[in-house]
Amino acid sequence: MPEDSRLSASKAARLVGNTGPQPLRRPVETPEQHEQPERRSGPGADGVWSDIELAELTTTDPETWAEFIRRRMSGDYQVDDFGFDPELTDRVLLGLVRPLYRSWFRVEVTGLENVPDDSGALIVANHSGVIAWDSLMTQVALHDEHPAHRHLRMLGANLVFSTPFLGELARKAGHTLACHPDAERLLTAGELVGVWPEGFKGIGKPFAQRYKLQRFGRGGFVTAALRTGAPIIPTAIVGAEETYPMIANSALLARVIGLPYFPITPTFPWLGPLGMVPLPSKWHIHFGEPIATDGYPEASADDPMVVFNLTDEVREQIQQTLYRLLVARPSAFG
Amino acid sequence: MKRTILVTGVSRYLGGRMAALLAADPAAEVIGVDVVAPQNPIPGVAFVRADIRNPVIAKVMGEARVDTVVHMGVIATPKQAGGRSTMKEINVIGTMQLLAACQRTPALKHLVVKSTAAVYGAGPRDPALFTEDMEPRHRPSSGWAKDSVEVEAYVRGFSRRRSDVTVATLRLANVIGPAVRTGMTEYLTLPVVPTVLGFDPRLQFVHEDDALAAIGRAVEVRAHGTVNVAGAGVVPLSQVLRILGRPGIAVPAGLVPYLGRAIASRGLADLSGEMIRLLTYGRALDTSAAAALLGFSPRWTSLAAVEDLAAARTDRSASPVGGPVREVRSA
Repeated sequence: MPEDSRLSASKAARLVGNTGPQPLRRPVETPEQHEQPERRSGPGADGVWSDIELAELTTTDPETWAEFIRRRMSGDYQVDDFGFDPELTDRVLLGLVRPLYRSWFRVEVTGLENVPDDSGALIVANHSGVIAWDSLMTQVALHDEHPAHRHLRMLGANLVFSTPFLGELARKAGHTLACHPDAERLLTAGELVGVWPEGFKGIGKPFAQRYKLQRFGRGGFVTAALRTGAPIIPTAIVGAEETYPMIANSALLARVIGLPYFPITPTFPWLGPLGMVPLPSKWHIHFGEPIATDGYPEASADDPMVVFNLTDEVREQIQQTLYRLLVARPSAFG
Repeated sequence: MKRTILVTGVSRYLGGRMAALLAADPAAEVIGVDVVAPQNPIPGVAFVRADIRNPVIAKVMGEARVDTVVHMGVIATPKQAGGRSTMKEINVIGTMQLLAACQRTPALKHLVVKSTAAVYGAGPRDPALFTEDMEPRHRPSSGWAKDSVEVEAYVRGFSRRRSDVTVATLRLANVIGPAVRTGMTEYLTLPVVPTVLGFDPRLQFVHEDDALAAIGRAVEVRAHGTVNVAGAGVVPLSQVLRILGRPGIAVPAGLVPYLGRAIASRGLADLSGEMIRLLTYGRALDTSAAAALLGFSPRWTSLAAVEDLAAARTDRSASPVGGPVREVRSA
């Protein structure tokens, strides 16, 4: 990635201003995109996914499914200590969001070579878009497009695990509570762990602040990475901000329902459930160059200054990548 | 060296089998204590009918020169005791009396306490696996779990005062198996099993044989410390019910306590406070410390323990007698 791509904040603000809803356009290939040396993946020109395993998972063969259902009903499967059900995730849960990934958001993925094949790493990304579709799309991207078909194990807020259905699904899909013991346990086991340090501040921010990273929590993820020596992979997601342009936040309704925010968008809550359909923005997920954490002295995880500096470094790298991707993108819906 | 071991709670299934197992060692003399006599005499065990709630226990211990106490007298459900206040008295006051007696017995060298994983509580802010040094994030507020937290506190106090005594506290996951009857097995074998709508808790089990083996190891190696004991892995409640072939019915969280009361009042199963929290949020333990402290790993995984319960249920329903049978058998 070119070093001179760092932009001033004022230029970035102008760029961000250009990303509002625009008429749908045919995708335009920009020269910048061709210059990027990163590994690209996804369906070829004919739209065919070459991968055999993936084809097996998305099969419509009734016998395979009958066998699958029979086994599920008799309880013949295994989940891990976190409640992760890989079979259910691969066959059903990912299958439910895959159409959104491929046809609706047409996610483009770059930088997959920065994600290790078989060791632990911490994926840290920007969070946006009212409903956390961005985390799900990242999970699909790493599973479907990474050569090692990696499962992303995300760390979620405790609100997720106290909410009926949501908590249950999150556990089955491999996610767990954002806390030190779980993060370190997963990283030590060589898993790919996903964190969205902006949390609700990120997905619940108004449209006017799109692509401006919010505060990065308390840097807990950096401590976990330092303790386990796992690299941090700063990840930028472009496109999620335009799925639900949040005009306002009704603090009163949020309090009544017990949610951190209550979004008002051009379509929600005016159109009811229809208003929950995300706008078909064009997405780009870029996995950035890993930041190593294994070179620090022993007690660095307990040194707040090291943790703050590293947190800032990760945040800055994501912010700069966001600006760079925004410059390269022809339009929000292209 | 000849050991004299006192086991509390021998009239119930696990306590009785534990006493019998310990008595199988010719170098051990075993005294069994409980408020009521066991249904069948336990071979090799001298039974003393004594209430651990009164000081008689100290006399028994002094006279017999007991060097090891295995405390299994903490009961889990009000039904077993005939009411919640009696249960609390047996659990907490009983433990205090027992520890007071232990403190006054100079010959005593080892104490093994059967505790429960319920001391960790259960809730949405829990880590995936609890290690022994973690504080509960949702402190248990009722029933057996709360009693056990208090029991452990008294045991820690005792350990400070008698630093010459090794104290092993075993936090057992829910014990299940072909013969044992616990609040959990009663719940799982209801004709229709109520579950909490929208939640599929991760559960962990320890097979009855492994529970006994773990306590036996703690006595044998004179272990000192607190360890989790659970079968490897976790099993979601939905999977447990599928393996057991039991129909589940999802009940909205707000209605579960009322349903629980209705079920408890009919004496079917104990579905109250902490049990409901467990069935909502689940709980799992990190069991790596047990291997180091006890030199023991459970033979049955959590999943295998459920399968064994399922196999036993199938056999039983096929037999002409049918229904759950409570049996105290010797090993």
